Amino acid sequence: MNTLVWVEHDNASVKDATLSAVTAAASMGDVDLLVAGKGVRAVAEQAASVQHVGKVLLADDVAYENALPENIAPLVVGLMQDYDAFVVPATTTGKNLAPRVAALLDVMQLSEIISVEGPKTFTRTIYAGNAIATVESHDAKLVVTVRGTAFEKAAADGGSAAIQEVSGPGDAGSSRFVSAEIAQSERPELTSAKIIVSGGRALKDARTFDEVITPLADKLGAGVGASRAAVDAGYVPNDFQVGQTGKIVAPEVYFAIGISGAIQHLAGMKDSKTIIAINKDEDAPIFQIADIGLVADLFKAVPELTGKI
Amino acid sequence: MKILVPVKRVIDYNVKPRVKADGSGVDLSNVKMSMNPFDEIAVEEAVRLKEKGRAQEIVVVSIGPVKAQDTLRTALAMGADRAILVQVDDAVDVEPLAVAKILKAIADVESPGLVLLGKQSISDDSNQTGQMLAALMDRPQGTFANSVDIEGGTAIVKREVDGGLETVELTLPAIVTTDLRLNEPRYASLPNIMKAKSKPLETRSPADYGVDISPRITTLKVTEPPMRSAGVKVADVEELVTRLVALGIA
Repeated sequence: MNTLVWVEHDNASVKDATLSAVTAAASMGDVDLLVAGKGVRAVAEQAASVQHVGKVLLADDVAYENALPENIAPLVVGLMQDYDAFVVPATTTGKNLAPRVAALLDVMQLSEIISVEGPKTFTRTIYAGNAIATVESHDAKLVVTVRGTAFEKAAADGGSAAIQEVSGPGDAGSSRFVSAEIAQSERPELTSAKIIVSGGRALKDARTFDEVITPLADKLGAGVGASRAAVDAGYVPNDFQVGQTGKIVAPEVYFAIGISGAIQHLAGMKDSKTIIAINKDEDAPIFQIADIGLVADLFKAVPELTGKI
Repeated sequence: MKILVPVKRVIDYNVKPRVKADGSGVDLSNVKMSMNPFDEIAVEEAVRLKEKGRAQEIVVVSIGPVKAQDTLRTALAMGADRAILVQVDDAVDVEPLAVAKILKAIADVESPGLVLLGKQSISDDSNQTGQMLAALMDRPQGTFANSVDIEGGTAIVKREVDGGLETVELTLPAIVTTDLRLNEPRYASLPNIMKAKSKPLETRSPADYGVDISPRITTLKVTEPPMRSAGVKVADVEELVTRLVALGIA
């Protein structure tokens, strides 16, 4: 099977989610990559050194700069004549693009797969992670999005794929990128952080959240996350949210602080290797899945912990 | 401008889904069903646009069993003007691609300026229908909307993306899918619930739109996710630090 993997990038470097998608694609068949953007030759060169990659297709056009799906989907559809599967990281960019491609190919997409079971058989979570479905496609071509935390990342170097320039119809003219407000942070991105410190509604307000959670995260070099309750209460912006409706994470160590453990939050972090919970309510559901639990007042325990590590 | 709002009847978000013992799916018998929460946000946004004078008529559509009438009535009680039920048998689950094809056929008839729908259903979590509909209509899409403004012939959509927010400008007609923070849906008042009962609701079938709804994907089995078991409880911060040192992170 020939697979084409969409490379997620910011016009400067390849994002980690791509590497997990490459691993998934490599277990399905041969892997080529598509880098679409503006001034992205350097990204294509980076992509060419990723393990398993046979060829990198480079579409360099101002129309592809901001990954507008109206412009990119027709490009992909043209390229798919030579491929059996389009494999896309299940990031917000990937989720925006892949179904548009699938519909144009008259294919039912398989969303956020967590394993490859056979040539056209995969598993994926449904009902916010409360059930796992094994699904088989009957379409001639596949469109698949890949949950990054479910697959190892392919090695980012060692490969030496050829780069081939391709082009598509360009600007569809129906949409325009206006602006982006991307949070600038020294911290590791949530989806690739090795350690995450997350806070919940118990943190009271934005200032307290920052005073309690940030020093611990700083000391551990950790990413900072939050429950939906904390986001809805306005303690932190939306892109901090871990959960079914936020980000799905699976770090080495996940600290759940003042988080009760609603189903919707657990769906976003239960694949973490070690879960540590601090909560004053000993009956909080989070303790049923935590590897290490501490029943304590977080306003005392967290600063003490920060001081001792 | 007319707004088309597709809505789906799903298991209520407060109910914990149970996997059937035979692995054939999730048990939906005797379970509370409600409007998909993201679709409720879509209905609310449409009603607000109408209240601001940006839209004149709101048409809600559901593709589902006869009981999906209840979901449509809820949308009518929130402020939609009329409803279309594309009825299928109880056991039939229509896939996003077929849903998008039916919606495309309805959009051809209704000519909405805006289609507003949830970014995903909380049942199959596919997150596909809006994007697929946009592709089939060959119109622009604003997915995961955090805010929507209509100015002249364009929609300005602020989108929730992994790193933060992104704003795009779409030429109408356009398709917008809702994220959680777009708005907080209203509760329908009793008089509005009563009024909704007399609003028009027409029933159609997928065949009326010439759409083949036979599935492209077979679900081979459905299982419970692997359970994590509870670990240890430590007595104090001191002991926690000892454990963290053992893990190599302190």
